[in-house]
Amino acid sequence: MSDMNMDRRNFLKTSVGAAAVAIAPGMLLFQVAHGSTAAASSKVRWGMLIDTALCKPGCNDCVTACNKENGLSGGTAATDSQWIRKIEIKDINSGRPVSLPMMCQHCENPPCVDVCPTNASFKRADGIVLVDKHRCIGCRYCMMACPYKARSFVHEPLSDQHPDVPRGKGTVESCTLCVHRIDQGGKPACAEACTNHVILFGDLNDPSSEIAQKVHSVSSTQLRADLKLNTGVRYQGL
Amino acid sequence: MKRLVLLLLCLCVPELWAAESSLPKIDIGKGGECVKDTQWMRKNHMHLLKHQRDETLRKGIRDDQISLKNCIECHASVKDDSVIARNDSFCVACHKYEAVKLDCFECHSGKRKSAWLQQRNEK
Repeated sequence: MSDMNMDRRNFLKTSVGAAAVAIAPGMLLFQVAHGSTAAASSKVRWGMLIDTALCKPGCNDCVTACNKENGLSGGTAATDSQWIRKIEIKDINSGRPVSLPMMCQHCENPPCVDVCPTNASFKRADGIVLVDKHRCIGCRYCMMACPYKARSFVHEPLSDQHPDVPRGKGTVESCTLCVHRIDQGGKPACAEACTNHVILFGDLNDPSSEIAQKVHSVSSTQLRADLKLNTGVRYQGL
Repeated sequence: MKRLVLLLLCLCVPELWAAESSLPKIDIGKGGECVKDTQWMRKNHMHLLKHQRDETLRKGIRDDQISLKNCIECHASVKDDSVIARNDSFCVACHKYEAVKLDCFECHSGKRKSAWLQQRNEK
């Protein structure tokens, strides 16, 4: 009996080996021969610091820039995708108004990832929370799990998408932190468009970056910090 | 014997001609052979695309050569900058012939990026 098992094991080993030899050269050749950008590194933690004191009520530049960059319609109906939206809030006691942009907070412990049944919702090594639309089945659990109401579902067929930003009917989507720009060394469209310098984008893990220094020196808060999600987007002056 | 061979040849010619004419006519765009030879690509392009899509999306490794965008860059028609716009467009022609559903472009753009950007800026 044991002999038979050994045989089977050896057979499996050799066949796996043979398969690897047969498949590997093609794949390896491609990886070696051609340049590609480095994989997202876990040493980096992309984040934003939003200074609400500078954010002007009624200014919608970040939202417009996001819509243009990602090919969103700009509609604000319940069935329209909104990756970033402006929120005007008021302190109940003092009546002090605050205006702020609201989007995916790119949590370190994202509830949307916890609940996803297909692993479509995932966090990249550098802290960006994304939806793998190849896997998304459109169940919308993540939309329910998100405390920030940051995700949208695409209800209608789309056409003429941005070549860098694939989007499609039946999948959930949200702010990608403009991952296609970040991978090319750029910064998110909203941060670039904000003329009031409200949105500071950078690597929270790099002590020499502007954002890390500012987070270190000024008081900032995470929204719903009680949930201990450790968001990548922080707000100042709330 | 000679007659037999001749007869066979005569029978074969229309067969071949018919096979040739029913093959899909493909607008290959600029074309070229940047990854592998045509026959290999016909058989295996889907594996490369699927492998690369996971690398790109989940790990952030953006290969500048076997990305879908780069395929489209060369293979989009020079007439309408698209790989899906017409029945003889690069992707559509074969997929129609083989009756294989093409889902990529429900989400991905089938247009050459430079042309797409130009069109957007004109709007």
